[in-house]
Amino acid sequence: MSTDLNLVPTGGPLTKNSSWRERFGGLGGNARQYGIFAALVVIILLFQGMTGGRLLYPDNVAALINQNAYVMVLAIGMVMVIIAGHIDLSVGSVVATIGGVTAISIHDWGLSWWLAVLLALVLGAVVGAWQGFWIAYVGIPAFIVTLAGMLIFRGLALAIVSQSIPVLDPTFNGIMANSLPNFLGRLGDADILTLVIGALLILTTIWAQMRSRSALRDHNLAVEAVGVFVAKIVLAALGIGVVTWLLSRSTGGTPIALAICAVLIVAYTFIMGRTVFGRHIYAIGGNRQAARLSGVSTRSVDFWIFVNIGVLAGLTGVIVTSRLGTALAAAGNGFELDAIAACFIGGAAVTGGIGRISGAIVGALIMGVLNQGLSIMGVDPSWTQVIKGLVLLLAVAYDLVSKRRAGTQ
Amino acid sequence: MSDGPVILEMKSITKEFPGVRALDDVTMTVRRGEIHAICGENGAGKSTLMKVLSGVHPHGTYEGTILLDGQDVHFANIRASEHAGIAIIHQELALIPELSVTENLFIGGNEVATRGVIDWVEARRRAIELLARVGLEIDPDTAIKNLGVGQQQLVEIAKALAKDVKLLILDEPTSALNEDDADNLLDILRSLRSKGLTSILISHKLNEIAAIADAITIIRDGKTVETLSVADGTVTEDRMIRGMVGRTLESRFPHHTPHIGEPFFEVRDWVVEHPQIPGRLVAKHSSFYVRQGEIVGFAGLMGAGRTELARSIFGRSYGTWLGGEILIDGQPVSIPSVPAAIAHGIAYVPEDRKTLGLNLLDSIKDTIVSAGIARICRRGVIDLEAEDAAAERYRTAMRIKAASIDVGVSTLSGGNQQKVVLSKWMFTEPRLAILDEPTRGIDVGAKYEIYGLINELADQGKGVIMISSELPELLGVCDRIYTVFEGQITGEADARTATQESLMRQMTDTATANPTTTVTR
Repeated sequence: MSTDLNLVPTGGPLTKNSSWRERFGGLGGNARQYGIFAALVVIILLFQGMTGGRLLYPDNVAALINQNAYVMVLAIGMVMVIIAGHIDLSVGSVVATIGGVTAISIHDWGLSWWLAVLLALVLGAVVGAWQGFWIAYVGIPAFIVTLAGMLIFRGLALAIVSQSIPVLDPTFNGIMANSLPNFLGRLGDADILTLVIGALLILTTIWAQMRSRSALRDHNLAVEAVGVFVAKIVLAALGIGVVTWLLSRSTGGTPIALAICAVLIVAYTFIMGRTVFGRHIYAIGGNRQAARLSGVSTRSVDFWIFVNIGVLAGLTGVIVTSRLGTALAAAGNGFELDAIAACFIGGAAVTGGIGRISGAIVGALIMGVLNQGLSIMGVDPSWTQVIKGLVLLLAVAYDLVSKRRAGTQ
Repeated sequence: MSDGPVILEMKSITKEFPGVRALDDVTMTVRRGEIHAICGENGAGKSTLMKVLSGVHPHGTYEGTILLDGQDVHFANIRASEHAGIAIIHQELALIPELSVTENLFIGGNEVATRGVIDWVEARRRAIELLARVGLEIDPDTAIKNLGVGQQQLVEIAKALAKDVKLLILDEPTSALNEDDADNLLDILRSLRSKGLTSILISHKLNEIAAIADAITIIRDGKTVETLSVADGTVTEDRMIRGMVGRTLESRFPHHTPHIGEPFFEVRDWVVEHPQIPGRLVAKHSSFYVRQGEIVGFAGLMGAGRTELARSIFGRSYGTWLGGEILIDGQPVSIPSVPAAIAHGIAYVPEDRKTLGLNLLDSIKDTIVSAGIARICRRGVIDLEAEDAAAERYRTAMRIKAASIDVGVSTLSGGNQQKVVLSKWMFTEPRLAILDEPTRGIDVGAKYEIYGLINELADQGKGVIMISSELPELLGVCDRIYTVFEGQITGEADARTATQESLMRQMTDTATANPTTTVTR
């Protein structure tokens, strides 16, 4: 998860002036980003201690990923919406509706599992296009449109699902229950496939970092100090290594959910950092008028980010239905708030223009670890809510205070 | 009338902002019961002076003394100056559109309230009385949004009268009005004067000033030039213009020998309507052309419609297009959107860098490539190395002073920000560059550099349109100058023979048939 493939644009320009940053100049615009990674590590270690080492039992790590896949997928879509200066309150309801239709398509219409998944994604796109139309082309604020969507799609979910619809297709249910097949066998108690994937990830990270460094050199541009560069790579490799080692010793190896999330993270990091579409999202969030006068079709960008989050909500519908083996009318309740919280913990700005895919993912993981750790410790779920709320508040407060300090220097 | 007792004396007012002396030893005397006009070029310091008077710039932030009715006054804020009987009516009206006239007149509430409870019957009674004083025959329950701009302006005046105003300041009160409404407003001011109200009028419209003012204070570059008393004899518009511009052209501009080619860009009969006010035209059948290698100036006072014209040409990004055509190389082209404008080789550097030109969250690098990003892309994927190389090239060529191309644009000085915005548009390789106030808020040294860059653009064979409110700058940089007044192109002049006086005359009055209006009172 902590792979920085260097696809990410330079962010955090508001921390530009801090002397802290000057001292660690090699960190580029990533200071805020490193902060959130550090916070995740601290929280993991804290709970590892408080749960007597149970948090990082291999099977608990796999479960953590499976249980939080939905937040990660939604947070990816949500952070793009938030960067563009909007919000989406409807995703939880959309997850329930699409999960319901997916279950019906398998249970009643006898669709095969992959057709059902495809249907879910297409429906997600249609829902996104519906909301995107009102937002982008009619000009109704996203808050209103998606608040309406929240009601509309929750209502539809209740209407079509009533209470629950079972899904008996083992392949469909296996999307969340199973892991990647360990066809390479096991080395001692470690799944070899997981080890291979981990090793490949580490090598790719090193290669990508070296390549970008030499490209900068070729253009006679400043590169970070060797020490910082090596430390960065070692830390990234260590992070991947630990997760790989833990997962390889879990019952199944690499969960399919993790593979799905990893592919999405890499793909969307690329989209946000390396494509015109990604640049345009940052541009309209940073200054909509200036973006328009620079030739950005602000309406079309608005439209497509909502189509995008619709598709991801469709995928989440599949994930949730598969994990439970049944579609519930009440599914996805409060998911929108989990996703939004993940984005803000991960450093996205309420005013738009600032945020990262990696930040949103780390935000989602922080909430996931809190959930998991507190539940292992046997803390009452109501108190878990209180603690999550406080973490969100403190994360954003920390962000604001550090920005203000940077601004006054 | 202008020999009444002195009501206001502003003595030796000096106001400094970081790096700028906005007012330098300004002195002004206003007598009771007169209409006192203040005139001067954009940026001469008129608004700053009024902000000092009304407490926007509180006592202690300026030097000098203000005597109101002979009393030394120290206003800490606007409330304090209102309490002393000074009311200011800004160009942008401060009425709440959804509320009724009565509610707006007594928005503060205190005039008609006992212990915090508003007596609406009394409020309504007084509203009717106040409306009659400003000659408005409307139902006081009408919502402000249903009134015309002229009527709203009068409601603003009534609101000031509700506070027992002694001294009424009007900042460009007629700039948004049509002629009938403007005449009506001037009549109301005259009738209020006959009832003893003193007003200070800031206006760009010299014919209005000549028609109504009893005394005129002229300010230039933050200094009082002179105070003309209309009663003394004759004050002509020419006389005022001479006072307003009377500065000499220094060698503030790099030497440039133009190489002017053929006309390649032409606009014919261009008509644009204001985006919010139906029926109000911001471009009235404007026609002009630009030649290759030519720097064309657009002169006009603030609000004349230069920016609106430029932005409507730039992909119709302002107002509603009602007619007219654009020809490039003699061929009519359709430019309905900003991407189309960029594709046709038009660039627009906006007048307001921070709100329209820059995303302040971006780095130099991201900004420079933002308008021409397709140039460093393959199938929608950005080539980051090409991006770095392009940004680095412009940083060197435009002499942008920054540690690296990764520095955030928000940390740069005004001059360097402007160079980044210019780079952003040069990166699109335009044929026509429209520069809207390219040197606003930039220090003198950086201005010189920007002029040099503009000359370089022209030498590359590009056409340049430069909009500026500083006449010396237009005369020093441009080859040809159009003057704009109230959305209309009122003249065209060769920059070698034009003078500030001749331009000023054309940009202040459409009725150029009678440029020497003489006022005797």
